[in-house]
Amino acid sequence: MEWEPVIGLEIHAQLKTRSKIFSGTSTAFGAAPNTQASAVDLGLPGVLPVLNAEAVRMATMLGIAIDAEVAGRSVFARKNYFYPDLPKGYQISQYELPIVARGHLDITLGDGTTKRVGVTRAHLEEDAGKSLHEDFHGMTGIDLNRAGTPLLEIVSEPDLRSAAEAVAYMKRLHALVRYLGICDGNMQEGSFRCDANVSVRPRGREAFGTRAEIKNLNSFRFIERAINHEIERQIDLIEGGGTMIQETRLYDPERDETRPMRTKEEANDYRYFPDPDLLPVEIDRAFIEEVRATLPELPDAKAARFESAYALAAAEAAVLTGSRELADYYETAVEHSGGQAKLCANWVTGELAAALNRSERNIDDCPVGPRALGGLVARIHDGTISGKIAKQVFEAMWAGEGDADAVIESRGLRQVTDSGAIEGMVDEVIAANPEQVEQFRAGRDKVLGFFVGQVMKASGGKANPKQVNELLRKKLAG
Amino acid sequence: MTLDRNDVESIAHLARIAIDEADIPDYARDLSNILDLVDEMAREDTADVLPLAHPLDAVQRLRPDIVTEEDRRALFQAGAPAVENGLYLVPKVIE
Repeated sequence: MEWEPVIGLEIHAQLKTRSKIFSGTSTAFGAAPNTQASAVDLGLPGVLPVLNAEAVRMATMLGIAIDAEVAGRSVFARKNYFYPDLPKGYQISQYELPIVARGHLDITLGDGTTKRVGVTRAHLEEDAGKSLHEDFHGMTGIDLNRAGTPLLEIVSEPDLRSAAEAVAYMKRLHALVRYLGICDGNMQEGSFRCDANVSVRPRGREAFGTRAEIKNLNSFRFIERAINHEIERQIDLIEGGGTMIQETRLYDPERDETRPMRTKEEANDYRYFPDPDLLPVEIDRAFIEEVRATLPELPDAKAARFESAYALAAAEAAVLTGSRELADYYETAVEHSGGQAKLCANWVTGELAAALNRSERNIDDCPVGPRALGGLVARIHDGTISGKIAKQVFEAMWAGEGDADAVIESRGLRQVTDSGAIEGMVDEVIAANPEQVEQFRAGRDKVLGFFVGQVMKASGGKANPKQVNELLRKKLAG
Repeated sequence: MTLDRNDVESIAHLARIAIDEADIPDYARDLSNILDLVDEMAREDTADVLPLAHPLDAVQRLRPDIVTEEDRRALFQAGAPAVENGLYLVPKVIE
């Protein structure tokens, strides 16, 4: 039987506010344990939460960006459960009336087509603290610095049909929150986390199968592997005559498998009710319009502009606008290259991307800055160096030998355009290879390539290839 | 709606409340009465009524995003039964 996976994602994005969602405590990452846990965050008696205006603004930004409804009235609710990293015994979240509902995000699939993925809702809530299970004499250590950090939980419709689609959606949302500047997207630090609801059904059937929720997906690579693994597990189970049970599973990247979390069935009985400590949040039209006016250029709009302004192919524009940092890098490089948009695009998506990959770096800590890369491209364009020599120059720049001009100068890489010098080399090569000259004159045009290679070699790659070609043709013709 | 002994025990467990065995019938009756009242209210036509999220007819005030709290860990941890390296220690919880 052919099976169809059905996937929905719940993404928790930590909002980049300075202070917590309900208290004036700092949210900075990496502080000593419990030094950023105030009376409100600890849930001490007599304290009251007061909502952070910036968290509301950021949630509104996301709502506008995904073309969703930003609720005129939303309500905070208590989600009740007991765990030591949740000091109050409940998490303040939103339940029946979330701040954002019914939006969508378009993703580009492998075949270049676009798919619209529904976003059911996005609601504000507080993060929990962290439990450290290392050895504390058989006890668990609790750090509440993270407790009360604002989260936006963004819930997709079950519209995704493969692990690859899920990753594409997650990357799209990751890029979006970073474009908006509402989340730093740092997955290692847990600023952008994902749970996946996965089920399978026979292709063509409308009803959903029983789903499993996979937690602990903190990298794009893990999410793809974990979902694929879970799809296979479910198919094997059902085809083997088993029955799926609805459960929560934890992904273990080391063993590349998901396994059930030991949770009691009552754990999902959260007994939500409106939080009496907080009043309904009201957002008016004027505020939404005010926020709309501050939105930066978003990925789709930027990609469209790149296509028309820089005459790039759609795929190229999509790659270059994949993150705001990369797009900014590209535009700065173009500016410093004398407007060589196409050549810059080739370099950024080619040589530069490969070098970043090899050294496992991001564009924001690239050793070759955008101005420097633009400068290199300018030297290719004005004929100072060939594209091939440019690769050498780039490597030297990457290694910290200075900008393109400095490297070209210190290494003596300037292209030889002096026709006298090139002619001398051409004559030498012709004189040294009488056999190949015979062959060429006998009609074997391909031998020209051999001569070009020899001359380029003799010049250390610095001869202008166009001039070499012309001179060789002239001289070989006799 | 009538709650039985099992329901009461399960609710008490979820809320982590220790209850006296002998009090269970009373709790079951009281809680059932409350649910009956809810049922009665549910029969009213509320199609045109905005759900009441809070008894005060007011709107949430917002706080500017400014850090105002200082580190008072030493004070807060003075009352904790066990701490180490700045962490609160609690009985082991394992998934």
